Amino acid sequence: MKTPSDGFQDGYALEFRAMTYRLPSGSPLISGLNLRIARGETLVLLGRSGSGKTTTLKLINRLLEPTEGEILITGRPSVSLDPIQLRRGIGYVIQDAGLFPHWTVARNVGLVPHLERWPEAKIQARVREMLSLVGLPPEEFAERRPSELSGGQKQRVGVARALAADPPILLMDEPFGALDPITRADLQKEFRALALRLQKTIVFVTHDVREALFLGTRIALLDQGRLVGVYAPAEFLKATEPEVHAFAASLEFGGAHEGAQ
Amino acid sequence: MNWYEFMLRNRSEVFERSLEHMGLVGASMAISLLIGLPLGIALVNRAKLQRWVVGAANVVQTIPSLALFGFLIPVPWIGGVGASTAIVALSLYAILPILRNTCTGIAEVDPAVVESARGMGMTPRQVLWQVQLPLAAPVLLAGIRVSTAICIGVTTIAAAIGAGGLGVFIFRGLAMVNNQVILAGAIPAACLAILADSALGYFQRSSARR
Repeated sequence: MKTPSDGFQDGYALEFRAMTYRLPSGSPLISGLNLRIARGETLVLLGRSGSGKTTTLKLINRLLEPTEGEILITGRPSVSLDPIQLRRGIGYVIQDAGLFPHWTVARNVGLVPHLERWPEAKIQARVREMLSLVGLPPEEFAERRPSELSGGQKQRVGVARALAADPPILLMDEPFGALDPITRADLQKEFRALALRLQKTIVFVTHDVREALFLGTRIALLDQGRLVGVYAPAEFLKATEPEVHAFAASLEFGGAHEGAQ
Repeated sequence: MNWYEFMLRNRSEVFERSLEHMGLVGASMAISLLIGLPLGIALVNRAKLQRWVVGAANVVQTIPSLALFGFLIPVPWIGGVGASTAIVALSLYAILPILRNTCTGIAEVDPAVVESARGMGMTPRQVLWQVQLPLAAPVLLAGIRVSTAICIGVTTIAAAIGAGGLGVFIFRGLAMVNNQVILAGAIPAACLAILADSALGYFQRSSARR
C-alpha cells in the first residue's frame, strides 16, 4: 500500500488503526482499515457502491461503532469521546442535504450553534456569514424553506450548516451526487476554493473519479471494504492496481481529467 | 311527531345527553392519547414488538363493540355498569389508529433528515421533539382524527351498559320502534362527529403547511 508524503508533521486529524466493522450477522463491511488523515487535507474516499465509503464516514462520527480496532480523532480514541459533543465538532453533509423541511434556511444553518447555546445575536451573525460564504445572499435566502430551494441551493445550505460551528473536521457523503452536471461542476469549483481557504480536514466520499481527482489532496480507494491504496491525484491514474484501472477506464468516455494536477 | 319536534320538545335532555356523549368521548380520547402516543414513540425502533402490539390493537378493533362492553362488565376494578366501563372500552378502540399512525408517521420521516439530525449532534430526545414529531404531526393528527370519529360513533353503543350519551335515544327508539326517537340520538351524534372531524382536519392541514 502506498502512502505518499504527508507533508503535515503536526499530528493527524484522523487515524484508523486496524479497524474492522461487521454487521450483526458477522459479515464485514470494512476489513482491517489502516489510514491516517492529516490536518487540513481533503481526503477523498473513492469506491463503487457497497465498497464501504459511507460506512467509514459514519464510523468517524460514531453513527456506527468499530467492531475491531480503533479510530483516533486528533489522537484520542473515538470511543472515549462523548458522541454528541464529537458530532457537534464534526461537520456532516449528506447527498440529500438532510435539511429540516419544517425550519427556515437560517434556522437550519444555525442548528449546531443553537444546540451549543450560543447567544442569539452571535448565531444570527454567524448564519449570515455562512450563507454569504456559500454564495447565498442572506437577505434573500435566510427566511426561505428548504422546499423553496433548488438542489444546488440545498447543498449550499447543507455546507453552510456543516460549517456553522466552525468544526475542524468536515465529513461529506456524495454531497454533489444528485445534482445536474453543470450545477455540480459549479459547486465543485467553489467547494475546492472554499476548502483551500478554510484549511479544514475534509473526508469526502464519492464514486466519481473526476470529482475525486479534482477535489482530493489524496485519494483513498476502497474496494469491498478493503483499502486498495492511497494516492496523490497525479499518481492515481498511473497506479498499477486493477481496481484503479477499472476506475481509470470509467474516465475514458469523458476524456480529459483536468482535475489531476 | 317528527324528529326535530321531538328534539325541540326534549331539548334539555338532548343537550344533556350530548354533553354526556362529549364527556365520554373526551375522557376516552384523553386516555388513548396518553397511552397511544408514548407507546407508539417507544415502539419506533422496535419493529418486532411493534408488530405484536399493533396486532393486538388490531384484534381489539375487531371485537364487536357491543360484545366488548359486555365482556368488560364482569371485570373487577374497571368493570360494572356505567361510564367508567364504557370509557375503558372506548379507549381500547381509540388507541389503534393513534398507535398505528404514531408508528408509521415517525417511520415515514425522511431518513436523510433524521440521519443528518443525529450526525449534527442532536440528542435522541432533540431528534424526537424537534425533528421526528413535528414532521410526523400531519400523520399523527390524521390518526387522532380517525380515532375521534370512531369514538363518537361507538359511544352511542355505550348507552347499552348504562353509560348515557346520545345512544340513550337510539336504544329508547329501538325499544319503542320509533324512528323519530332514534334520529334524535343519531343526528346530534353525526353532527358532533362532523364538527370534531372538521376541527381536527383544520389542525391537520395547518400542521402540514408548516
